[in-house]
Amino acid sequence: MDEFTLRIFRFDPEDGQEPRFDAYRVPYRDGMTVLEALFEVLDHQDGSIAFRFSCRGAVCGACAMFINGSHRLACQTQVKSLGPEVTVSPLPHLPVIRDLIVDMEPFWRKYEEIKPYLIANSEPPEKERPQDPEDRKKIDEMINCILCGACYSSCPMVWTGEDYLGPAALLKAYRFVADSRDDASEERLAVVSTEKGVWRCHTVFNCAEVCPRSINITWSLQQLKKLAVRKALF
Amino acid sequence: MKHHQVIIVGGGLAGLRAALEAVDELDVAVLSQVHPVRSHSIAAQGGINAALANVSDEDSWERHAFDTIKGSDYLADQPAAEILAREAIDRVYESEHWGCPYSRLENGKIAQRPFGGGGFPRTCYASDRTGHALLHTMYERSVLKKVKVYEERMVIELVVEDGTCHGVVALNLVTGELEAYLADAVIFTTGGAGRIYSKSTNAIINTGSGMAVAYRAGVPLKDMEFIQFHPTSLYGTNILMTEGARGEGGYLINSEGERFMEKYAPSAMELAPRDIVARAIQTEIKEGRGFEGEYVHLDLRHLGAEKIMERLPGIREIALDFAGIDPITAPIPIQPAQHYTMGGIDCDVDGVTVVKGFFTAGECACVSAHGANRLGGNSILETIVYGKRAGEAALKYVKGRESGPSRRAVEEALERCTELVEGLRTADGSEDPAAIREEMTKVMFDKVGIFRDAENLKAAIETLVELKERYRNLRLSYRGKRYNLDLARAWELGGMLEVAEVIARGALLREESRGSHARTDFTERDDENWLKHTLAYRTDDGPRFDFKEVIITKYQPQARRY
Repeated sequence: MDEFTLRIFRFDPEDGQEPRFDAYRVPYRDGMTVLEALFEVLDHQDGSIAFRFSCRGAVCGACAMFINGSHRLACQTQVKSLGPEVTVSPLPHLPVIRDLIVDMEPFWRKYEEIKPYLIANSEPPEKERPQDPEDRKKIDEMINCILCGACYSSCPMVWTGEDYLGPAALLKAYRFVADSRDDASEERLAVVSTEKGVWRCHTVFNCAEVCPRSINITWSLQQLKKLAVRKALF
Repeated sequence: MKHHQVIIVGGGLAGLRAALEAVDELDVAVLSQVHPVRSHSIAAQGGINAALANVSDEDSWERHAFDTIKGSDYLADQPAAEILAREAIDRVYESEHWGCPYSRLENGKIAQRPFGGGGFPRTCYASDRTGHALLHTMYERSVLKKVKVYEERMVIELVVEDGTCHGVVALNLVTGELEAYLADAVIFTTGGAGRIYSKSTNAIINTGSGMAVAYRAGVPLKDMEFIQFHPTSLYGTNILMTEGARGEGGYLINSEGERFMEKYAPSAMELAPRDIVARAIQTEIKEGRGFEGEYVHLDLRHLGAEKIMERLPGIREIALDFAGIDPITAPIPIQPAQHYTMGGIDCDVDGVTVVKGFFTAGECACVSAHGANRLGGNSILETIVYGKRAGEAALKYVKGRESGPSRRAVEEALERCTELVEGLRTADGSEDPAAIREEMTKVMFDKVGIFRDAENLKAAIETLVELKERYRNLRLSYRGKRYNLDLARAWELGGMLEVAEVIARGALLREESRGSHARTDFTERDDENWLKHTLAYRTDDGPRFDFKEVIITKYQPQARRY
């Protein structure tokens, strides 16, 4: 492959024009990622395209977008894996600011609702709070989340329920509930054991399917449901 | 016009830690080019040094300080290195109390691994995603403390009048409008300048923009010629492959199958400091013992699948995603790439600069705790130790300030910036900014890189001067206001060219080899003439250099052997 076609979603809600796709012929280099292809267009063909980026190493979460029908990180996606035509559009079901840039405000607002910080009742000791390696393992998967929003954008329950906290915030809630150092499970379960919380999750598994860090998010939400039921019953 | 008592520019670890120090007592706001969790601190992998002595009870903060000073090739200011090592312990415990999910030893204490240039397993870690764990924790804390963040703001000017800072002017990337912010104190925590180089492990946003803004406001840049090249970046993308991979026992192997570090650092081997390992790899490649003339191998296979999956899962993922290589079954192709800017905005151990009310911390600052070469595991440490101290200093300054900042000075700056930015947005010359950027990054890597000499440095300076000239005649292809990346990147490029020139001219000036600065025409360290910091002051014709004594207290310079 010497060249491929990159189709980019174009939209500025403030210029009165309809959304469209613009197509560019992009020279291919071995190992080229979709993010590199976007820069190739920005630098050499069309300075008007807008997208977010930062680390280019799949750890900062800035460049989640919708690529050939899937939620992916542009920096983590090899052009080669997509074939001769690559189509990128912004994360679905979030308001578009311009082109591939979406307004993440609802995502962050919901993240803040679950009290995303360690709450310990005891005064901190002089040194570290000890944690058994086995206990530490229980949060290993959840702390791998990069808050890119792919899961949030892929979840049909988010699409239809404006208040639904969504997979990323709930995963974060479970990250603290499962942390042996945290004492606020009750408080957090009160927030998540509601209609806008875990009970809105219908185990569609889209979140787990699209997660660029391969986190089984649905599993964590199921754990929260179990704990919530137990709390209600006993 | 918005007014905050403290404005922090940069939302990475140093910025958030500074904010947390002042937010209980003052009105604090963070201006960041990206959402805070997208900051480059996220990419730190291997860990953070602190002499907790969890693994070896012989370790102490004094030994950490000494290792840092020796690693710096004696250019570090020794009190700065001591503060770094001493306060490391409290800062790491504090981050643990705030929720940082460090990996653990069997006894439940924070796990520590060996790192280059350290005498003991001193590097605390959260598998190989320590920056990620720490930045998320710091952001979580800032949510709890309700730190106000303005996202997607690019700071264009630091407003200084009569030697005092009055605020900043920023470009709001979303709207394309310039915004003025009045502030009683400003702290820059804007990160490094890695993207001045074509091969860099740094995030794309690391353009040294804060350094350039401070430099233009009259604050000198210190020791900019000291650029760290990380020995092991993934061949192709130059994504970081942590030093922790060698800390866990990884080998470096050339095309003849040799563990070549034997020749360069027979006792420390792969865990010699970064400058030494990077030069060794570059030498192997140059002398024909690389693969395809471009890289050597980082071999982890003998560590076994279990250890790789547990301690280095991130490395494995990166190698799989970006090179299609599984380190469990194949060696990883690696080459040195720019990694860290030891130099930066000149400041003291409280982040204080020559401008009253202007403070700085983190990679954009130069305290100097790292001198001529930073040890692995000391960078995110610096962000939280010196971020806190800068926050504290700003807090004290604001409380003691007799009069408020000048609204008029900031208004005038806003007008000035509006004219400049509008001029750039509508620039219709003939030069393509992308072409200038590509030439600059290439010349910096090729001629102001791992090995340097007068001939190449002079050629690089000539190119940079010519590129600066061409920059005056830019043509931008997009005239829109909202999220105009073409404009933002062209603006940054202007600053990058100035910072690049400081690096290259500083490198030519310094006729010795010390730490990361290796001159093939001056191969020895020259303490008699060059045991001093360089300070670069901006003039319209390029930097004017001055010098500053290195503060030496306990440790007299010795030959540096590993």
